[in-house]
Amino acid sequence: MKIFKNITTLVFISFSLVVFAQQTPAPLQNKIITISGATAHIGNGSVIKNSIIIFENGILIAVADATSSKIALRGTIIDATGKHVYPGFIAPNTTLGLVEIDAVRPTRDQDELGEFIPNVRSLIAYNAESKVVESLRPNGVLIAQITPRGGTISGTSSIVQLDAWNWEDAVVKEDDGVHINWPNSYARGRWWLGESSTYKANKDYQEEIENIKSFILNSKTYGKSTPKKINEAFKAMQGLFNGQQKMFVHAQGEKEMIDAVTLLKNNGIYNVVVVGAYEAYKISDFLKKNDVSVLIQRVHSTPERDDEDYDLPYKLAKLLVDEGILVALQTSGQMEGMNTRNLPFYAGQVAAQGLSKEKALQLITENPAKILGIDANYGTLETGKSATLFICEGDALDMRTNILSQAFIDGREISLETHQTKLWKRYSKKYSNN
Amino acid sequence: MKKTTLFCLILISITNLIAQDYFPTNTELKQENNNYTAFTNAVIFITPNEIIKNGTLLIQDGKVIESGESVTIPENTIIINLHGNYIYPSFIDPYSGFGVSKPKKAKRERSQQYGTKREGFYWNDHIMPENKAIDKFMYASKKADELRKAGFGVVNSHIMDGIARGTGVLVTLNDKGTNSERIINDASGQYFSFKKSQMSNQSYPSSHMGSIALLKQLQHDAKWYLEGNATNKDLSLEALNTNKNIPSFIESGDKRKNINAADISNEFNLNYTIVGGGNEYETIESIKATQAKYIIPINFPKAYDVSDPYSLKHLTIAEMRYWNQAPTNLKVLSENNIEFALTTFNLETISEFDTNLKKAIKYGYDKTKALESLTTIPAAMLEQSDKIGTLKNGRYANFLITSGELFNEKTILYENWVQGNKNSINSLNQKDIRGNYLISTSEKKFDIMISGKMETLKSEVKFDTIAYASKLNYKDNWLTLTFTNKKTKDVYSSTALIEKKNDNFSGLLILPNGKETLFYATRQKKPKENKGGKEDKKEDEQKIEIVPLTYPNVGYGFSELPKQQNILFTNATVWTNEEDGILRETDVLVKNGKIKKIGTNLSAKNTLIIDATGKHLTAGIIDEHSHIAAASINEGGQNSSAEVTIEDVLDPEDINIYRNLAGGVTTIQILHGSANPIGGRSAIIKPKWGSDADGLLYKDAPKFIKFALGENVKQSNWQSYSRFPQTRMGVEQLYVNYFTRAQEYEDKKKSGKTYRYDEEMEVLVEILNNERFISCHSYVQSEINMLMKVAERFNFRVNTFTHILEGYKVADKMEKHGVGASTFSDWWSYKYEVIDAIPYNASIMANAGVIVAINSDDAEMSRRLNQEAAKSVKYGGMSEENAWKMVTLNPAILLHLDDKVGSVKVGKDADLVLWSDHPLSVYAKAEKTLIEGAVYFDIKKDKEQRKAIQKEKNKLVNLMRNEKDNGVKKRTPMWKKKRHLTCESL
Repeated sequence: MKIFKNITTLVFISFSLVVFAQQTPAPLQNKIITISGATAHIGNGSVIKNSIIIFENGILIAVADATSSKIALRGTIIDATGKHVYPGFIAPNTTLGLVEIDAVRPTRDQDELGEFIPNVRSLIAYNAESKVVESLRPNGVLIAQITPRGGTISGTSSIVQLDAWNWEDAVVKEDDGVHINWPNSYARGRWWLGESSTYKANKDYQEEIENIKSFILNSKTYGKSTPKKINEAFKAMQGLFNGQQKMFVHAQGEKEMIDAVTLLKNNGIYNVVVVGAYEAYKISDFLKKNDVSVLIQRVHSTPERDDEDYDLPYKLAKLLVDEGILVALQTSGQMEGMNTRNLPFYAGQVAAQGLSKEKALQLITENPAKILGIDANYGTLETGKSATLFICEGDALDMRTNILSQAFIDGREISLETHQTKLWKRYSKKYSNN
Repeated sequence: MKKTTLFCLILISITNLIAQDYFPTNTELKQENNNYTAFTNAVIFITPNEIIKNGTLLIQDGKVIESGESVTIPENTIIINLHGNYIYPSFIDPYSGFGVSKPKKAKRERSQQYGTKREGFYWNDHIMPENKAIDKFMYASKKADELRKAGFGVVNSHIMDGIARGTGVLVTLNDKGTNSERIINDASGQYFSFKKSQMSNQSYPSSHMGSIALLKQLQHDAKWYLEGNATNKDLSLEALNTNKNIPSFIESGDKRKNINAADISNEFNLNYTIVGGGNEYETIESIKATQAKYIIPINFPKAYDVSDPYSLKHLTIAEMRYWNQAPTNLKVLSENNIEFALTTFNLETISEFDTNLKKAIKYGYDKTKALESLTTIPAAMLEQSDKIGTLKNGRYANFLITSGELFNEKTILYENWVQGNKNSINSLNQKDIRGNYLISTSEKKFDIMISGKMETLKSEVKFDTIAYASKLNYKDNWLTLTFTNKKTKDVYSSTALIEKKNDNFSGLLILPNGKETLFYATRQKKPKENKGGKEDKKEDEQKIEIVPLTYPNVGYGFSELPKQQNILFTNATVWTNEEDGILRETDVLVKNGKIKKIGTNLSAKNTLIIDATGKHLTAGIIDEHSHIAAASINEGGQNSSAEVTIEDVLDPEDINIYRNLAGGVTTIQILHGSANPIGGRSAIIKPKWGSDADGLLYKDAPKFIKFALGENVKQSNWQSYSRFPQTRMGVEQLYVNYFTRAQEYEDKKKSGKTYRYDEEMEVLVEILNNERFISCHSYVQSEINMLMKVAERFNFRVNTFTHILEGYKVADKMEKHGVGASTFSDWWSYKYEVIDAIPYNASIMANAGVIVAINSDDAEMSRRLNQEAAKSVKYGGMSEENAWKMVTLNPAILLHLDDKVGSVKVGKDADLVLWSDHPLSVYAKAEKTLIEGAVYFDIKKDKEQRKAIQKEKNKLVNLMRNEKDNGVKKRTPMWKKKRHLTCESL
C-alpha cells in the first residue's frame, strides 16, 4: 500500500511542475485492486463494518463482509482498516466546467440567449480541465450533471465523471435531461425602472404557461411524422416523449410545481424531476401520486421568509424522505461551482436534523444516481457497478474527517492534487525553509 | 363664449372686492364692505380646551373680532343663527406640497456622476437650502377644495425634493382671495430630509448613513462659512445661515430614522420638528427619549386580501401586525405626552384623512388631543399662534361649522370659512333625512332606509322582502328617488320637497305604467337610535382586537425581554480556549452576566441548573465580518466615506439577528461594504434580539473602520469608469493622499488656527493616532503588502485584513507587521482576484504566527461558522482547539475585546453556547445561546414560537377577512423577499 502511495506521489510531483495543466487523468485500470478492512458505506442505506471490496477493469467484482464471507484478496491490496469507503458522490444540476470565474464574463458559458432552446447542449462546452472541477475530487465528489441555465427551456444537460482529458472522455450519460425554468406566480418589480423591488402577483403567469404549453405541443406534433424541415429545438424535445430523457423542472412554489407537473403529464411528459422545490414538503402527496422525484435546493441557505423555521432549508430533504419521496441534494445558487465541493457537508447538515447518516448519504449517492438515471452503474457500492469510490480517513459527511486518501473513477485511481494543494505545498515549504 | 365672459366678470369683481387699499380700480367703482358677520347660538371651540356653550362669534374683514357668551353686536352686522351648531377653528396641515409641483427627474446617465453640476452653490446637488417654495407656488383650487372638505383652512407647503429643500410657504385655502391675501408667511420654515433630489444624479450620498453624515457636515460648513472663513461664494450656505432662526422640519418617515433626525437636531441645536413614519408606537420609549416634536402621517396600512392561500404565505406576521396595530399610533404617542401635529402627507387621497382619523379615535385617540394636533400645535410649530389655530380675538376667521362634536361618525361638516369667506360643504339648512321610512302609494307600501354620509347618501328600498335597486339624490332640500324591481324592471320615480320642521315628507310619484300619483313617507322609529353615541362607541371598542407588541415587533420577537439569570451548567465538556484546554465533566457557574466559577461539583443557591451531560459548552461565536442587522451597508458615492457609520443604520428587527443566535453567534462586527478604498465606520454589536439599536451596540467598543482593496474599489466588475482609482496603483496613491491631508488637518487643528471641521478627516486622524483600527477587505498579495507599507509610512498598524485570500503568500510579512487575518474557510473562483485563493490559507497563516479568524460576510454562513472553522481541520490539519479559536478567541483578539469575550474564563462575559454535540461537528446544534447571562436563544422556546406565530397569523387573517364587510379595498399580499447584504451590496 505504501509503495502504491509513493508512486502516486511521484506521479504527482512530476506533473505538478507544469503549472497550468489540470491533474493528468488517470489511465485505465489494468490491475485488480482490493480494499480491505474498511467500513463500507454502500450508499443504499446499508453499511459493512469490515469489508472487502474488489474491482477489476473498472467494475466492482466483490463487495462483501470480511467477517462473514471468505473472499480471497486479489491484486494490489489496500489495507484500509479503520478507514471508510464511499461511492463517489454525485452532484446534480451544476454549472461545473461551464463557468470558471463567476465575475469574469469570458469564462461564463452557462446561459445562452433564447427562451426555448432545448437543442443547446451543455456537454460540448464542458471544460474537463477546469480548476474548479478538480477541486471537488478531494472532497469525494466524482460525478456531476452539467446543466445550462437561463431562459425558459435552458437546454439539455449531460452527466460526466470528473477525471477526463476532454468532454468526450468525461461523459457518463449524454443529454440526460431537458431543463425548464417554470415561471413564477410572483414576480419581482422592475426596480431598475423605479418599481418596487418586492414580489407581486405576476400578471403574465398564465400567459407564460401558455407559451410553454404551445412549445411542448408543437414539439410533440413535430415528432409524429417525418418532418420536411428540421427544427432543432423541436427535435431536441423528442427524448422527453419517448421516455429516454427526463424533464427537470426548476420551480420553488407549490402552485408552480402543481402547475408544471400537471401540464407536463397532460402533454405526454412523464419523467419529471422538480429542481429547487422549496415548498415540495407542502405537496408531498401530490408529488408521490405523480411519481415525481426532487432535487432539493441548497441545504446551506436561509429561509425564504422571515417567519419560517430558521432550520427549514436544513431539514427540507428530511421532510421529503419522511414522506417517501425520492430526493437528492444539489448545490446550485451563488458561487455554485466552488460550493459543489461542500455537497457531502450538506448531507451532513441534513443528518444533523435527525435523518440517519446512511440515509443522508443516500441523498448524494443512490438517490441522485436514480434520479439522473445512472443507477445501473453508479451511486452504490454493489457488484457489477462501476468502481467509482473513495477511501476516507473518517466520516466523509463531516468537515473534520472528510480527508481522502485515495479515489477511483471507473477503477482508475485519480489524483487528489489540485491547483490549490500545489499552492498549499509551495507556500508551506516557503515558510518552513525560512 | 358667453359663459367665459361671465366667468371673467365674476372673477374680476371678486378680485376687486378684496383688493388692497392702495391698488387702483378701473373696471368698476372702488367701494368697501365694512359689515360684520355674527354667528349666534353656537357651541364655540375658541381653542380645543376653551369652549363656549352658547356663544357668538363676531368677524369682520377676515378676522375674528370677538367671541364669547355676551358679544356686543354692532348695527351693521349680518346675523347667522346657528341654532346650537358647533364652531371649531379649522385645521392646519403643517407638511404638504400644496401648490408646489415636484421637480422633474434628471435623466439617467451612462456613467456615475460624482461632482456637482451647479456653480456658486454647495458641492452637493442634493443640498438646496436656497430654494424657495414661494417662487414656485401656484394656488391649486381643486386640491384646496379637497382639503377644505377635510376641514383644513391653512396648509404649509414646500418643495418636497432633496436633502436640504429650502424655505416653505404658509397659505390659507381662501379660494376667493389672491396670493396676496392667502400667504401668511413666505418663509414659513426650512425643510430637510434623508432623501436625495430627483433633479440630480450626483451619486453621493448613496445611503441613509451618507445622508446623515452630509446633513451633519453641512452644519459644520455653514458655521465655518458664517465665521467668514471661506474664500468662495456659496449661496447654499448663505441661505442656510439666513434661515437659521425660522422653524426647521425634517422628514424621516420611519421610527428609527426619527432617532437619526433627533441626533442631528440635538448635536447642532437645530430644534427640528420631525415628520415621522406612523410606526412610532413600536419603539415608543426611544421616540419619547428624543424629546422632539413630531408631525405624524396617518396613512394606515390597508388590509390584505387573504382569500388566496398561495399569496397569503408571502405575508409576514410583522406586516399583518402593522395593519392591526398602526391605527393605535396616535393614541400611543399622545399617551406618552409626545407633542405632535397631524398631516395629510402620504395619504393616497385627502378623503382618507377623515376616515383614518376617525379610525384612530376609535382605537383610543383622544378627541381633544386630535383637535390640538390639528390647530394649536401646528400653529405653534409654525410660530403663528397669533394668527391661526384658535378663534381668539384678532385671529384669522378660519373656522368650521358642524352639526355636532367633531370626529363623531354622525357629525356633518356644513361650512368651512377661510379668512371670513364661506365655503359650503353640506347645506346648513338641509335637513338630515337619514333614517327609515314607510312610503305609502296608491299601489303598494315600501320600506326605505336612507344612510351614509350627508354628501353621498345611500338608499335601500324594499317591498316586503324583495329588495329594489334604488338611486337617491338630495340637494337644495329636494329629494329624488327612483327604484326598480330587479326582475320586472318596473321603475318608480319620485320627488319631494323636504321641510325642515317635518320628519315626514310627501310628493310626486310616477308609477311604472306612467301614471302620476302622490306618495307619503312616514318616518319609522329606528331600532337603535341614540344621539350621544356613547353606547356605540363602547361597542366599537369591544370589537377592536389589537395583538400585543413583541420585542422586536416581528416574528420570533420576545413578549418579554430576556433577563440575566444565574445559571449553573453541570457536567459539560467545556471548551475554555484557555490553558486548561477542553475540560470534561465540568461545571460552569454564571452569575450577574459573568462567568463566576469553573470547576467540578459546583453548587449555587437560587440558580437555574442546566444538566449539560453529553453536551459541549463554549464561548459564543464571534463574527468579525458581517453585514446583517443594517439598513444600508455601502456609501459608495465617494471614494472615501470615513464620515459615515453603520451605527446610524442598525436594524434591530432583522430576522438574521435571531438566526445568528440560533447558530451560536454572540458578538458581531457589522462592517461597511467594500465599494470604496476608505469605507465607513463599523458597528460592533451583540445580537441581543429585542433590544433597540442602542441596546445592540457593544458598550465602549473599540473603534473600527472598513478599508477595501482590489476589484471592488476599482469598480472592475460593473460599468463605471469615472471614479478614481481604477487601478491598484491608484489605490495606493489615494491612501497616501488622504493620510497626508489628515496629517495636515491635524497639524492645523493643533496649531490653534481656525479650521473647517471635517468629519472624514477627524476619523482618519484617529487612525493615524491608533485610536481607530482598520479592517481591510483584501485579496491579492501585492495590495496586502502595499497597505502595510502605507501604514508603516504613516506610523500605524493595519489591524485586520479581512477576506485576505492570498494572505498565505505574504504571511511572514503580515506576522512582522503585526496584522491579523479574518478569512473565509474555502471561498474562491467567484472573481478574478480569487483564482489563487486556497482553503489552506487559514492554516498557513496561523502556522506563520498570524492571528487568524474565520468570518462569514454572509447571513447564511454566519449561522454555522462552527462548521466553517472545522474545515481547517480538513484543509491543513489544524488542531481542533485552534480551529475553534478561529471563530471565538481570535476574532475577539482582532476586535480588541478578548478581555471581555472569546473564552470561557472566570470574569468574562457569560456569552455562552450549549451545543448538542462536538461544536466543530456538522451534526452539532446550538441548543442555548446566552449573552451576558441572559438566554437569547433556546431551541425549545423556538419550537413554541413557531406554533405561536401560526396561531397569531391565523387570528390576524380572520380579522382581515372580517374587515371586508366595511367595503375597504384590500391589497394583494406582496412578497418582501429579503436581500442579504454583502460587501458588494450597493
